[in-house]
Amino acid sequence: MLEVKDLKTYFYTTKGVVKAVDGVSFKLNKGEVLGIAGESGCGKSTTAYSLIRLVPPPGKIVGGELVFEGRNILKLSEEDFRKQIRWKKISMVFQGAMNALNPVYTVGDQIAEVLMLHRHMTKEEAMKEVYKLLEMVGIDPKRAKSYPHELSGGMKQRVVIAMALALRPPLVIADEPTTALDVVVQAQIMNLLKRLQREHQMSIILITHDLSLIAEMAEKVAIMYAGKIVEYGTAEQIFLNPQHPYTRGLLASIPRLTGDIHKLEFIPGVPPDLSNPPPGCRFAPRCKFKFEPCDKEEPPVIEVEPGHYVSCWLHAKK
Amino acid sequence: MPNIYVPKPDNDTVLYVKDLRTWFPVRRSFIDVIRRRPPLYVHAVDGVSFDIKEGETFGLAGESGCGKTTTGKTILRLVDPVGGIIAYRPRERLLKEWEEIGYHPKFIDQYKSVDISKIPSKYLKPLRKEMQMIFQDPYGSLNPRFTVYKILEEPLVIHGIGETKEERYDLIVRVLEQVKLTPPEEFLNRYPHMLSGGQRQRVGIARALLLQPRFIVADEPTSMLDVSIRAEILELMMELKERYKLTYVFITHDLALARYICDRIAIMYLGRIVEMGNTRRVLENPLHPYTKALISAIPEPDPRYRKILRELPIKGEVPSPINIPPGCRFRPRCVTYDKTTEIQRYCETEEPPLIEVEKDHYVSCWLYGTPEEVRELTKK
Repeated sequence: MLEVKDLKTYFYTTKGVVKAVDGVSFKLNKGEVLGIAGESGCGKSTTAYSLIRLVPPPGKIVGGELVFEGRNILKLSEEDFRKQIRWKKISMVFQGAMNALNPVYTVGDQIAEVLMLHRHMTKEEAMKEVYKLLEMVGIDPKRAKSYPHELSGGMKQRVVIAMALALRPPLVIADEPTTALDVVVQAQIMNLLKRLQREHQMSIILITHDLSLIAEMAEKVAIMYAGKIVEYGTAEQIFLNPQHPYTRGLLASIPRLTGDIHKLEFIPGVPPDLSNPPPGCRFAPRCKFKFEPCDKEEPPVIEVEPGHYVSCWLHAKK
Repeated sequence: MPNIYVPKPDNDTVLYVKDLRTWFPVRRSFIDVIRRRPPLYVHAVDGVSFDIKEGETFGLAGESGCGKTTTGKTILRLVDPVGGIIAYRPRERLLKEWEEIGYHPKFIDQYKSVDISKIPSKYLKPLRKEMQMIFQDPYGSLNPRFTVYKILEEPLVIHGIGETKEERYDLIVRVLEQVKLTPPEEFLNRYPHMLSGGQRQRVGIARALLLQPRFIVADEPTSMLDVSIRAEILELMMELKERYKLTYVFITHDLALARYICDRIAIMYLGRIVEMGNTRRVLENPLHPYTKALISAIPEPDPRYRKILRELPIKGEVPSPINIPPGCRFRPRCVTYDKTTEIQRYCETEEPPLIEVEKDHYVSCWLYGTPEEVRELTKK
């Protein structure tokens, strides 16, 4: 359904070009959940914004193709993209959604606006649909008359999800949908997303720094580091048989609730400055397996088992 | 017959807190005042008791708004409590300094503990050297207009440590080495924005360490950092704890993390401790319905969870800490309450105390003892 080919999004700042997304490729099938994980500054959110062409200036999509339902949506004019794709086909649950709502409109009006603009409904028709949407995300339809400040964080998040689903898009991008929420509310929101995904056969791209949340939902997982995907595979492949040193380090640094308590690992150093990335593999300066070609040449993408891709010299050797 | 938790100090106790209450007044409108409506309070901490031993890492855990940070701030007297006791056993150094400025503390038990909630604020300064805090936000807790050197020199100047500039410089260089910001000379003249999150948090730790404290409240010190560097900061904190015999109160919302670093843990809900004890015992065998719900909600990096919806034995949302529900404050959200009709009358009317269910494992829930039993015990 969606194929991203060699996507490049750069930020042209006064201090130089920041290559936030630098050659990202992946495929997403209908009804599939893809998790994109990575730490702050790895380009995961920029990837998300690129997909709905909302990269904030001075950012620009400078290369690659986004093939959605058979056509390259990067080629569409802004007007056509807004009318045909954004929200109708690809919608987004924004990060920090609690602040994404307009404080001076009731939540019902805000959801209705989407329907009136895109579906050309009258206010009454739209409100009827709003009640249905609110019920779907587990909110009492009477709450449509509430203002955002009258709702709790979890409820606001549900409203934002309802808004993203208003036009029943086949693809929803969820960018850190549960940050700033408490664990219980987070689990409720994850349950809701899982349920809606199954009921509506949606595709979801779940973007988060929390690998545990990815494990909760995603069938396919992409691990990003410094603007590139370093490992890609099914959830089982990534979580049970991680191959890239970065993925391994990340998984070993997560404290677990069950099992033996062994020393938590960490990855020394800091991610590179993306306006001046190191030559060769971008992870090389922090990698404990670094050897000859790593800091000279960029590693190739190797398929280590069917559907499991790793970008690392360790595997190129074999 | 179960026991009821009351903090009992012994030789190793550094600090204990008894029935601590910190309330914040709610701003009243002009109309509220002229109509003489009663003042309202946010009951941030509402009857908390625990004790901490020397060299221990004591965890305070719970969701946002449960009062864990306020508890931490109150025991440092950064916020004043409205009631209860904060008993701290001062070191010789502190007693001497109090002596010098003419303060003669009253000891409240045979271990020479001082109730620091009663110390007049002008005598608090020497206490700051004993008790320090590491803040959650390494971006917000360092002055952006100060260099690392100036950030670290400030506490030395305030407390009059290091007579000359050279002495202070040496102290600062040494503390930077301790937190592994090496070579220190390279960091002295940097501003916070020139540091990564992890480096900033190291400066925060260095600042807390500089006055050679014994007791540190760490308020979610790693929650704003990336996962891959969290363990590095935690390892540093644990290393420093061993080397300088520190005692930590570790405030966190991450129970899995608490399992790795806290010796004992207290789970808080709406201003009270609902469960307390040995960390592994509490997390591996949670007894309070709230703790059970919390644990069931924590995601784990295991792809098997993808196929199931999580069962969350909890309903509704956290009520406002202004109007605390009567009886057990967790009752409106408790699924066990709905199912266990025989104890409902207790839950509705009386607040449960911390009942000892197994050794060093206390639970505040009427499932584990009746009010009659409790009254019997408190009489004794």
